[in-house]
Amino acid sequence: MKADPRGVLSGVHFLDGDQACAEGALAAGCRFAAGYPITPSTEIVERFAQRVPLLGGMFLQMEDELAASIAIQGAVWAGAKAFTVTSGPGFSLMMEHIGYAAMTETPCVIVDVQRGGPSTGLPTLPAQADMQQARWGSHGDYELIALAPNSPQECFDLTIEAFNLAERYRTPVLLMMDEIVGHMTERVEIPPAEQIELVPRRYTTKPPAEYQPFAPEADLVPAMVRAGQGYRFHITGLTHDERGYPTTSVAAHDRLVRRLVAKIRNHAAQLTRVEEHFLEDAEVIVLAYGITSRVALRAVQMARARGIAAGLLRPILIWPFLEARLRQLARRPGLSGILVAEINLGQIVREVERCVGAQVPVQLAGHAGGSVHHPQELFEAIVQMAHAVEIER
Amino acid sequence: MSTQQSLPPNPVETLLRTDRMPHIWCPGCGIGTTMNCFARALQQARLDLDKVVIVSGIGCTGRVAGYAHLDSFHTTHGRAIPFATGLKLANPELTVVVYSGDGDLIAIGGNHFIHAARRNVDLKVICVNNFIYGMTGGQVGPTTPATALTSTTPYGCPEQPFNLPHLAESAGAVYVARWTAYHVRQITHSMVEMFRKSGFCFLEILSPCPTLYQRRNRLGDGLEAMKYYKEASVTRHGAPTKEVALSFQGPIVVGKFVDVERPTYLELLNQQLARALEAQYTGCIEEHVRG
Amino acid sequence: MPAETKPPDGAAEMAATSRSRRPRGTIVLKPERCKGCGFCIAFCPPRVLAFSAGFNALGYHPPELIRPEGCTGCDLCGLYCPDFAIYGIMLKDSAAQLADAVRGEETA
Repeated sequence: MKADPRGVLSGVHFLDGDQACAEGALAAGCRFAAGYPITPSTEIVERFAQRVPLLGGMFLQMEDELAASIAIQGAVWAGAKAFTVTSGPGFSLMMEHIGYAAMTETPCVIVDVQRGGPSTGLPTLPAQADMQQARWGSHGDYELIALAPNSPQECFDLTIEAFNLAERYRTPVLLMMDEIVGHMTERVEIPPAEQIELVPRRYTTKPPAEYQPFAPEADLVPAMVRAGQGYRFHITGLTHDERGYPTTSVAAHDRLVRRLVAKIRNHAAQLTRVEEHFLEDAEVIVLAYGITSRVALRAVQMARARGIAAGLLRPILIWPFLEARLRQLARRPGLSGILVAEINLGQIVREVERCVGAQVPVQLAGHAGGSVHHPQELFEAIVQMAHAVEIER
Repeated sequence: MSTQQSLPPNPVETLLRTDRMPHIWCPGCGIGTTMNCFARALQQARLDLDKVVIVSGIGCTGRVAGYAHLDSFHTTHGRAIPFATGLKLANPELTVVVYSGDGDLIAIGGNHFIHAARRNVDLKVICVNNFIYGMTGGQVGPTTPATALTSTTPYGCPEQPFNLPHLAESAGAVYVARWTAYHVRQITHSMVEMFRKSGFCFLEILSPCPTLYQRRNRLGDGLEAMKYYKEASVTRHGAPTKEVALSFQGPIVVGKFVDVERPTYLELLNQQLARALEAQYTGCIEEHVRG
Repeated sequence: MPAETKPPDGAAEMAATSRSRRPRGTIVLKPERCKGCGFCIAFCPPRVLAFSAGFNALGYHPPELIRPEGCTGCDLCGLYCPDFAIYGIMLKDSAAQLADAVRGEETA
């Protein structure tokens, strides 16, 4: 399915990440958004609110993030593609509805433009400290998909990707931006609509009498319906059977939750999206994502210029984690260590440690937020890990 | 069996997921009674049931969606109204009914309640008010009358409860009525009126909770509660909602209090956008959007 | 549980007036759903219902039609019943016999 050309602002633009995200949503066919203002995410819905009425859609400003994150799910069950955007405190408020979307297999996109926390923290300054919250923030066992763009161009591209993955796997997809990416203005190229491939919603082809809302297809994802079509279906956040009926059966609960997890985990290899630089002979791998990956690439180049074999591994899709690729790299002889650069005091680094175990040293280059790393700081950490050259100050 | 088929069926049966009966509600609970009224009102209003959607929150009344043989959504606690808002605005053809309890709609969901009323979103909100949190074991709620005993006010409730019709009207509801589970014909009639009206409609139904509210307060069983409703109720259509506050076992003013016309959110949105964008505006949430 | 198994006061007179006529209505029961709240019995306008002596599988006494001739088929029992266990139907003359047969089946 190709994008509707009316929603696609094809051409070369100078946009910030927030604006690019709004354009990505429109290009992806999203015509419904609900939100609550919060810095530094608000510009996304401001642009969306300006553009979407001309495309037969609407933006609804709700009374809080709880309302916004569930209103979009109502819209999805009415047949729309929908998203909401937020930051920090608002993201915390949305956690229950991320769980609801996971449990009810409601395809939707939630954008978190990360800022410094905890609590109100640093509203106008960047952080990457919601990364584990993105994975585990709602209660109970579940899996979801999270992407981390590092440029306005990627804010556009990955927003479309987020909508596509949401439809493909019937799952909430999180776009984990940060304040710098959101407010940084760069060249954004929006392709012609016919070059934008969209994943259509997987509607059932079965008649109502044969349809079971939570009977999975071969890839563990069930086909969907929307309200008003005569299916008389039931959706609940309670543990439910294939008919969608609530149950307290331990076996049914196990079957459901295992399937919700497996439909993502089993596809982790297909889901891996990664950018790699100089990894062929790298003795120090810097793993960084989002805005930090750009600083990290500079630091890697500085190291290379001084004869240190450093490389960059940038997960573009953060959850599910790129476990297989990381394990493969960690087995390579000659690897001195993995340096994880992130704007927090240790989140994704834990995931890296879990994946590589004791095979190779893993070290965090983190800080509490408010700014990006300085390339020099990461360069020094690379040098230290490589035990190679004198530090030039 | 052939003779049975020639009988007119129980009107509620067509609305029920009969494979889920018997339901979980206690003996003497009034929620099922309100569902009878709901079923008959849907029939009387001649709505296409394929286009009627029911949205509930969490709690005893929150289970109504699960028993209703309609497109039905059992959402999160307190959030039935914002879910229903998204659903209705993304497909205005649907008749969207929010059916939930007082704790769900008014305590945890209170903010959404007032804002949906303010916006005049076209929702039919049915609130079964049993004065207590039933599902969790009888705790004090925003409608618990002062002095009433609950599991978390074991020495009596010190708080003043919300006067729900007054709250709804103040926030902007275009239709506000209150009945008790005793007033089955009136409930049915009010529901029909709501189905025929556009905008934020609110119906409060006082209903027995024999297991928790009645028993803890030594008020007898469900039937005793129904007899109290019958005796204590005074019908005053058009009564100023300010004057219809409830008190512990006091008089109950019932009736239709508000029935006014006001453009819905969607009408206002369409007007505003058409005015601002003129010919460029082709309407919100076009058919193609709904896939 | 209220032990109101006898027709309330006034029922005898009402029964007398209606005995000469064919019943205008009847009830249909799903006794297995009944939880014995007594709403149908208490609020039946012609007071034609009472708790039966027998138990259903849930351990409750479902109602029974003690004066079939008095039933008007007004369906208030159907409106009140929180367990969807009873409802009333109006009978056309031709249908009365049929309904008798069905009532026998349903309440058996």
